[in-house]
Amino acid sequence: MASSPDLLVVTGLGKTFGPGTHQKEVLRDVHFHVGYNDSLAIVGPSGCGKTTLLLMAAGLLPPTTGEIHLEGESIQGPSRKMAVVFQAYGLFPWKRVAENILLGAQFQKLHVSQEALTAIKRELDIENLDHLYPHQLSGGQRQRVALARAMLLRPSLLLLDEPFAALDLITREHLQDHLLILFKKRKFSFVIVTHNIEEAVFLGRRIVIMDPETHGIGEIIDNPNAGTTGFRTAPDYFSKNMTLRHLIEHPHEKQPLA
Amino acid sequence: MKNSRWLDYALTIIVLTILWYGASLLLGSQLLPDPLSVLGRLLHAVREEIFWEHTAVSAWRLAAALALAFMTAVPFGLVLGSNERLDRIFAPLIYLSYPIPKIVLLPIILMLFGLGDLGKIILISLIIFFQLLITTRDAVRSLDREVVYALQSLGGNRWHFYRHVVWPVALPGIFTSLRISTGTAVAVLFFVESISTSRGLGLYLIDAWGRADYTTMFVGIIALSAIGIVLYEAFDVMERRLCAWKNR
Ligand SMILES: Nc1ncnc2c1ncn2[C@@H]1O[C@H](COP(=O)(O)OP(=O)(O)OP(=O)(O)O)[C@@H](O)[C@H]1O
Ligand SMILES: [Mg+2]
Repeated sequence: MASSPDLLVVTGLGKTFGPGTHQKEVLRDVHFHVGYNDSLAIVGPSGCGKTTLLLMAAGLLPPTTGEIHLEGESIQGPSRKMAVVFQAYGLFPWKRVAENILLGAQFQKLHVSQEALTAIKRELDIENLDHLYPHQLSGGQRQRVALARAMLLRPSLLLLDEPFAALDLITREHLQDHLLILFKKRKFSFVIVTHNIEEAVFLGRRIVIMDPETHGIGEIIDNPNAGTTGFRTAPDYFSKNMTLRHLIEHPHEKQPLA
Repeated sequence: MKNSRWLDYALTIIVLTILWYGASLLLGSQLLPDPLSVLGRLLHAVREEIFWEHTAVSAWRLAAALALAFMTAVPFGLVLGSNERLDRIFAPLIYLSYPIPKIVLLPIILMLFGLGDLGKIILISLIIFFQLLITTRDAVRSLDREVVYALQSLGGNRWHFYRHVVWPVALPGIFTSLRISTGTAVAVLFFVESISTSRGLGLYLIDAWGRADYTTMFVGIIALSAIGIVLYEAFDVMERRLCAWKNR
């Protein structure tokens, strides 16, 4: 365990796009942190800057203001300690599943043992897909391959940008379960961007609600029971769903329900 | 797939031969020699070394021109498509020079590079160059930002970007462009070979024409067409091999 209790610390983060008079402020003064073996869900309306926030955290987009620290080190570009799962184009359509899975490890010259490869494929139930191209997979299979590829990099922090948004409800919940199993077994932390309230409550031990008016964070809810077995049918799950829904629909009332 | 293609070719040849035969009956074999006598002449020609010399020279010029265009246009297009600043500088230049019929540059190019192989090769590749450059550049330009982010997040560097993203994305377009270019390339080859050369199927054809030896002229036409078809098919096979992910 590192001396700092926090894995990821985001301070005063802001982003303004565009030159001169066409400037557009998307994010302003965003603060949050993610602990070890912790999870954070980010929710907010479309266009409020969730993807922008995630890309900056991943070191893929330079922030206009503020800083990001991962395990005490300032993030200036992509880091080997982080892996990202994207909504759509995460897998390369011109590479077979077997090549896609190993791509990150290949770029980073990480050795992946045959056992590790077999294990992650078994865990994610993608054992017989090696020779297929992404377009030959179902949406759920595709995202499981993307998860496997990220896991092979053994990240301390996994960043997911609406990874299950295109999936039907049953597949989506199935993949959420897969993610939680990996999370418990492999002890990483994750940040998931979603526009789905149930998903945020099920997965995020803390839930960040973006406020499009201030371009910052509206509210942060503690949700310590997220990820526990049977949470989907627990009373707390329903009350947290109510709270979150209320906060999203009435963003400027200071007294939440429940 | 493969078999039906051969069948297509066979059927096309049969239909063309029948039409040709009919036409030669109508026009008289003085003007249009019948396919059988052309076939006879062809079988005769392929036993002569001089025919193969002409064919080899023409094939070499075409292959060299295509290779030259490929080696210059593709890297240039890959870089322009992935580098906005360079693209902004070169885009107007390409835009303006694309519609110029490069064949009118023939005298200048022959003056600069001589009447030998080099001038011909450069002219043919110049004509293919722009088509290939633009296809390559636009394929790369159409890349989604998220693909680039995905590559970077996996730890990919600039070389990985070209090797694993830009190149595979551009490849299908490159092959299509090369395939389409073969027709133009053979046409330009014929043109330059009919103007100035001592060897080549263009000359073979024009020479026979000058001697009113229409049967031999048709042998030249068939040989030039065959070169075009072989190249076309070769690019098609390569595309299906190397871009298997596109075969949905
Ligand atoms: N490269 C860019 N240049 C200019 N503006 C941008 C750029 N990227 C994003 N934006 C703008 O920033 C805002 C936030 O975009 P972002 O993609 O982060 O939203 P989001 O919250 O992820 O939305 P969604 O839920 O629809 O994915 C949008 O108004 C978008 O137009
Ligand atoms: Mg987004």
